[in-house]
Amino acid sequence: MMEQLLATKAEARSLSFYYGDFQALKGISMPVHERQVTALIGPSGCGKSTFLRCFNRMHDLYPGNRYDGQIILQPDNTDLLARSIDPIDVRMRIGMVFQKPNPFPKTVFENVAYGLRVRGERSRRAVEEKVEQALHDAALWDEVKERLHQPAYNLSGGQQQRLCIARALATDPELLLFDEPTSALDPIATASIEELMHDLKKRVTILIVTHNMQQAARVSDFTAYMYLGELVEFGVTDELFIKPQKKQTEDYITGRFG
Amino acid sequence: MHRKHQDVVFALVGIVALMVAVLTFLTLFVNMAVDGLPRLDWHFFTSFPSRRATQAGILSAWVGSTLVMLVTAFFAVPLGVASGIYLEEYARKSWVTDLIEINITNLAGVPSIVYGLLALGLFVYQFGLGQSILSAGLTLALLILPVVIVATREAIRSIPQVIREGSYALGATRWQTVRYHILPYSSAGILTGIIIGMARAIGETAPIITIGALTFIAFLPPAPLKAEPPFVSFDWLMSPFTVMPIQMFNWTSRPEAAFQDNAAAAGFVLVFMTLAMNGLAIWLRYRLRRNIKW
Amino acid sequence: MAKATAALHGTAYLASRRARHIRERLIEVLLFFAALISVVTTVAIVYVLVKESVVFFEQVPLRDFLTDRQWTPLFDDAHFGIVVLLSGTLTSSFVALAVAIPLGTIIAIYLSEFAPYRLREMVKPVLEMLGGVPTIVYGYFALLFVTPLLQKVMPGLPGFNLLSAGLVMGIMIIPYVSSISEDAMRAVPMALREGSYAMGATRFQTATRVVVPAAFSGIASAYILGISRAVGETMILAVAGGMQPNLTFNPLEPAATITAYIVQVALGDLPHGSVGYQTIFAAGLTLMLFTLACNLAGHVLRKRFREAY
Repeated sequence: MMEQLLATKAEARSLSFYYGDFQALKGISMPVHERQVTALIGPSGCGKSTFLRCFNRMHDLYPGNRYDGQIILQPDNTDLLARSIDPIDVRMRIGMVFQKPNPFPKTVFENVAYGLRVRGERSRRAVEEKVEQALHDAALWDEVKERLHQPAYNLSGGQQQRLCIARALATDPELLLFDEPTSALDPIATASIEELMHDLKKRVTILIVTHNMQQAARVSDFTAYMYLGELVEFGVTDELFIKPQKKQTEDYITGRFG
Repeated sequence: MHRKHQDVVFALVGIVALMVAVLTFLTLFVNMAVDGLPRLDWHFFTSFPSRRATQAGILSAWVGSTLVMLVTAFFAVPLGVASGIYLEEYARKSWVTDLIEINITNLAGVPSIVYGLLALGLFVYQFGLGQSILSAGLTLALLILPVVIVATREAIRSIPQVIREGSYALGATRWQTVRYHILPYSSAGILTGIIIGMARAIGETAPIITIGALTFIAFLPPAPLKAEPPFVSFDWLMSPFTVMPIQMFNWTSRPEAAFQDNAAAAGFVLVFMTLAMNGLAIWLRYRLRRNIKW
Repeated sequence: MAKATAALHGTAYLASRRARHIRERLIEVLLFFAALISVVTTVAIVYVLVKESVVFFEQVPLRDFLTDRQWTPLFDDAHFGIVVLLSGTLTSSFVALAVAIPLGTIIAIYLSEFAPYRLREMVKPVLEMLGGVPTIVYGYFALLFVTPLLQKVMPGLPGFNLLSAGLVMGIMIIPYVSSISEDAMRAVPMALREGSYAMGATRFQTATRVVVPAAFSGIASAYILGISRAVGETMILAVAGGMQPNLTFNPLEPAATITAYIVQVALGDLPHGSVGYQTIFAAGLTLMLFTLACNLAGHVLRKRFREAY
């Protein structure tokens, strides 16, 4: 019911993906709702990260990869996977946060400013304002405002990951992809990232891959369960966890599997 | 018991073998220092070669070496770094890439005198550059190109893929990623390679003799800066020249002991410079290994 | 949100995108041409050597080049028997390798299997520097230190001889042999060694019967690099070996190598285009073919030892 009321931000339509001859995704169709958190869960190797990385055309960086099908981005109804679309333009609109914090070996400030520099932002003032705003949005400002010009590697793991989130936020992404963002963090840092995601969904659509079902249950509004490259079930998180439609999903979330 | 002895004996043999290598090196160094150091004074660095051994110096040689090295670096560094970047960050697997890679390994093994023949046939005669500083600099640039390329590639390869992905995910183009990340993070490694390459170039004798550099040069190339406009001049590029190792070769081939002492002095300067450069490179590499955080 | 729509379809967007594409493409092409320079270098080397050699072989039949037992290209009665220069190259290389291969291998085994970590870290840079000393300096050392020293033991030894040059060249080549051999031995998995120790083998037995055979192709490629260094080495021989062509396999005699001959000709002032000028290219071509064969063999071996693990 809730589904019908929500606008769709992006939608996969019969999406298949191949690493060379190996088919990693098999005809996936599902929506990503605007300003909601959508979680992708499933056992390792089920293709959830592969699926996530289709949204910002990350696979284009490596030879031998092939997409089939569409990912439609709204509101302009653009097929992200179309040949005529430059992956760089896709990545300009869609941010990503990785499994392990991967700040650049530069200062805190330069990390966040990088996306703006890439977009050709010259004005120093504009960059400074955006950086501060992004750090506020990533709930990191108070912790780093005194050391903006120190190396990002001096931050703790959790801070580094929030820095990576700030880095992505600085460029006002329409959709933010999280690839198991807390798998390298301790429980306290994990909690702060999850809290942050909750705040962020007011302004940005979030798609998150997680290997942790509790996390999916905690942070997401919608959940997709994937297995062996196929989408088994997609639905409102609460419903999917309480009353899964498929036996396979039930086995997975009740821990009888994987 | 007997078998355990074997280990001890071999460890001793190993140390002896190491000692042979290291002691030879020390002997060489000390021998040259003993013969050459008395000649090393201010006058030695500020005098031209002379018929009288005690008045001879290495002025034209070290100026020549410096200028040749400038030309070498000017060509080898950008070309080598660009090749390394292309092969690591741009090239897709193809027969052209394979060809380039095999070719670089192969070039690294070509004897330096063959580069001299190349330069003689191509730069000196075909291009008409003559026996000039430019010819010599170009020759040595080609000679050390593989060193710079290999060092660049190794430095670039040590940058983790997540850094590249982080940059691309923010919408960066390939060149932006190279310029803002790949180049700065690999610069220390690249610098190490450049220093090792230059240390090799500065001691190279054979290719420069082959292009016909003169051994007796009692003048300096035209100065690169002038008093009247346009203030800079590139006439020095086409000037005849000599370099440190050739000066040393020349003095070594003289039968008089006094000239051989000059050779020792020049050799001492040469070894000191190459060792300092190699030492700097090793130190840089060591620091680099310690500083890497990823 | 209209902004986003415009962002992917508007004409302004298309124009800026085209500009970006052109810039990226241009940079890639520039970098590609830089990478191509190394191929061009090889082509140029082959071109120059072959071009001058062709002229040379128009005047000197290949048969004479290979079978004549004299090398007197600058005499009126000119002979062009490359065998004469080859004998010098082979003899001096043999002496050098007789030093470098055993010592280099022993050092490699010692550093890889016996030496404590600290010693290894200290010794490796020193060995590396040994390989970085200009060869002219080694030439000076061979002529003015090693030869007089040898003459004390062997009073009849001439001032120029292949023995002294070869010995010093051998020391110079040690680091090339030892560092690649050591890398190959270090690449042998620990499990193989542990298997050997578990059967009660000593370190020495493990090193010689397990590690060395397992690293064999890597070690062989180190030897080949050593050979190609020895054959291509110039200044030590030009300084200490004498530059007179001499068909001999006796290291106690002076003799010219291929490389020393090229230096000798280059030091004189032979007119461009004369047969004397062309001989050095024919000699260089011989040298190039030999080292090319070495490099290819080394390449194949290295590839094999990388694939092993």
